Amino acid sequence: MTTEEKKDYSKVGSAVGCSNDGDPIIQVRNIRKWYQVNKSIPIFGKVDWLKAVDDVSFDVPAGKTIGLVGESGCGKTTTAKMVLGLENPSTDGETEVGEIFFQGENVNDLTAAGKREMRRSVQAVFQDPWSSLNPRMRVNTIISEPLEINTTMTKKERDVRAGDLLAEVGLNPYQGNLYPHEFSGGQRQRIGIARALALNPKLIVLDEPVSALDVSIRAQIMNLLVDLQNEHDLAYILIAHNLATVRYMCHRTAVMYLGVVQEYGDTEEIFAHPTHLYTNALISAALPSHPDIERDEIVLPGEVVSPVNPPAGDVFMTRTPLPVRKNHKYTKERPPLIEVGKDHYVVETPWSTVTGHDLSEFRLSVDQEMK
Amino acid sequence: MVNKSDIKKNGESVDRDGFGPSTVQDEVVLELKNLQTHFTTKWGTVKACDGVSYAVKKGETLGVVGESGSGKSVTALSIMRLIQSPPGMIAGGEVILNGRNILELSEKEMTKVRGGEISMILQDPMQALNPVFDINNQVGEAIGIHQKVKGKTRWNKVVDALRKVRIPAPEMRARDYPHQLSGGMRQRVVGAIGISSNPSVIIADEPTTSLDVTIQAAYLRLLKQIQSETGAAIIFITHDFGIVAKMCDRVAVMYAGRIVEMADVREIFNNPLHEYTKALIGSVTKLEEKTGRLPQIEGQPPLLYNLPPGDAFAPRSPLKYDEKDALIRPELVEVEQDHFVQLSRCSVADFDKYKDKVSY
Ligand SMILES: Nc1ncnc2c1ncn2[C@@H]1O[C@H](COP(=O)(O)OP(=O)(O)O)[C@@H](O)[C@H]1O
Ligand SMILES: Nc1ncnc2c1ncn2[C@@H]1O[C@H](COP(=O)(O)OP(=O)(O)O)[C@@H](O)[C@H]1O
Ligand SMILES: [Mg+2]
Ligand SMILES: [Mg+2]
Repeated sequence: MTTEEKKDYSKVGSAVGCSNDGDPIIQVRNIRKWYQVNKSIPIFGKVDWLKAVDDVSFDVPAGKTIGLVGESGCGKTTTAKMVLGLENPSTDGETEVGEIFFQGENVNDLTAAGKREMRRSVQAVFQDPWSSLNPRMRVNTIISEPLEINTTMTKKERDVRAGDLLAEVGLNPYQGNLYPHEFSGGQRQRIGIARALALNPKLIVLDEPVSALDVSIRAQIMNLLVDLQNEHDLAYILIAHNLATVRYMCHRTAVMYLGVVQEYGDTEEIFAHPTHLYTNALISAALPSHPDIERDEIVLPGEVVSPVNPPAGDVFMTRTPLPVRKNHKYTKERPPLIEVGKDHYVVETPWSTVTGHDLSEFRLSVDQEMK
Repeated sequence: MVNKSDIKKNGESVDRDGFGPSTVQDEVVLELKNLQTHFTTKWGTVKACDGVSYAVKKGETLGVVGESGSGKSVTALSIMRLIQSPPGMIAGGEVILNGRNILELSEKEMTKVRGGEISMILQDPMQALNPVFDINNQVGEAIGIHQKVKGKTRWNKVVDALRKVRIPAPEMRARDYPHQLSGGMRQRVVGAIGISSNPSVIIADEPTTSLDVTIQAAYLRLLKQIQSETGAAIIFITHDFGIVAKMCDRVAVMYAGRIVEMADVREIFNNPLHEYTKALIGSVTKLEEKTGRLPQIEGQPPLLYNLPPGDAFAPRSPLKYDEKDALIRPELVEVEQDHFVQLSRCSVADFDKYKDKVSY
């Protein structure tokens, strides 16, 4: 680690479950992203909003991994895109909503030098190893492209660095002269990681980095990511829908549903005491690692509900297998996250075990699922 | 929820996950005998299916497991006789379906078998569905091929088929086009086409890889239910031992076009003998506990046109061995009752225990 001046986090707003502990690289506060769906013909002035992300806050401390988990469409990638500056957090397409801080500074207030530093410090690796690499470029060129854009290194220096990076991700430096199609899926993912490492970043956003790979290759890539993290004190935002991946890789986890965080905190705490019904449903659906492991199946009716015009209050209301009672406190406004354990937070709704439910109530027979 | 109490005691019979009890019956419906499928390529002959033998019983689910490129799909397509020739060719062996060798049937007879006695559910539902026809049209065509029904009867059968795969509001969904359905629903439609002929064998080639865990679990449960209703045998192709643990009665592990180990699912998990099987099981990330570093198999699956002679797995085996032993082509041997392993000194740590079963 280089010696840096102490960062000033005084401008960062507070949020439940977030502090400035561990010198966060990125802090996200109340970001939202709504897309207008009926652009051309708003009937009677009524506009439909797809609320991809609706009020998400979290911290990414140096050297740690934050997991974003949930079914597809729950807003994980959109959240990542906002962190990467590829989308702006907004509910009308223009006005900024919520804030993102880089090392204690609002990203909108960064100086030109600050912006450059952020671009170098925050990198990304995407899910699909088949389409994320330019097929017409040699691997060396792919890996050293960020160096060409962001540094004054010569071609020769860049090639040396590309070779070192290939070795670091477990490939052979001579493979730099090959094209992407000459590699398997797992090897391509290594190339993507090497490219992300080129500028010595502090944070890498990993969007489903192993989902498209064979299970045997997933283990290789996850081990590599953990090794690189330890070696370089890297922070990760890891997006996954596989809970076992999250438990293995992540220090902290946010379980998302319809653009809203439902359960958040220390990963081990969440897995030891999963509290929200949705978290429990995801766990019950996960594949076992031995035929003698059989988890109670918690069947949620139907599929993920459309994020267009979701409920104004508790978003899980339209998916829960239980009847929504009249005394539900949050039908009009979003339920807050409440602390239920050490560094463990869950939204205050009737669907969590802290409110006195026995999970066996949630077990549905398969016939009920059909109705 | 994630704890040791999820582990079933021996003989415990509560059905916690709705997957039901085992439905295996004694009657063998499909048997492969030394099946060989080769491709002619500019690099030489690729033996993608290199002498595969196994049998599946009525109501049984056989998992065929291995990394990409190990020959799982080629074996399945060979059973269906859907290997394109050239470059491919079924070079030998037999496929006995309900008592007869279907490799000897005429193409016309085979068309009846496909989508009749056997059906295949593909990995990518978008590939299996035609975007320009509605669901009624596509499911109806599948039904029409083997049941010769028309009009109102046909419509009713389509709706029934959709209902069977638990598609809500089937009368409405039947009028939808593929793009109007979610991924999970599309997969169910493909399932509906697959089971509409009441097949005795269903081949599912990685049908759930692209699905969310919740939808995957629902789909797997559905396949199990269909099986218990119809007694179909299922051949489930996957790279994921987690699916095997959830779904399968028996497992065949494939490497480089050959079966390296085959046994009952519990036997495979509790007593794997081949290093490849051990590695595949070990590399499954466990949800049940926070694990240390994941065990991993080094290297990549081999390219089949460039196979080492003898034991193809030897270069990736963690065992110490003599180079000359790697040159011996290992045989698949029944080492314990119903437990088969490809006996190689390089890849089986217990080789010496069973060495009198082979001549090398
Ligand atoms: N550019 C866009 N325009 C409209 N809707 C979008 C756009 N990007 C994403 N969405 C929608 O936002 C929701 C969240 O998407 P995404 O963040 O990709 O989810 P995830 O990564 O969790 O699967 C989805 O319903 C998706 O269709
Ligand atoms: N049309 C083809 N031409 C040449 N080789 C092929 C063809 N189809 C498959 N193969 C070979 O067969 C091998 C096994 O393929 P496949 O059965 O699809 O593997 P799996 O389903 O286990 O991933 C591939 O690695 C490839 O070398
Ligand atoms: Mg995504
Ligand atoms: Mg395949």
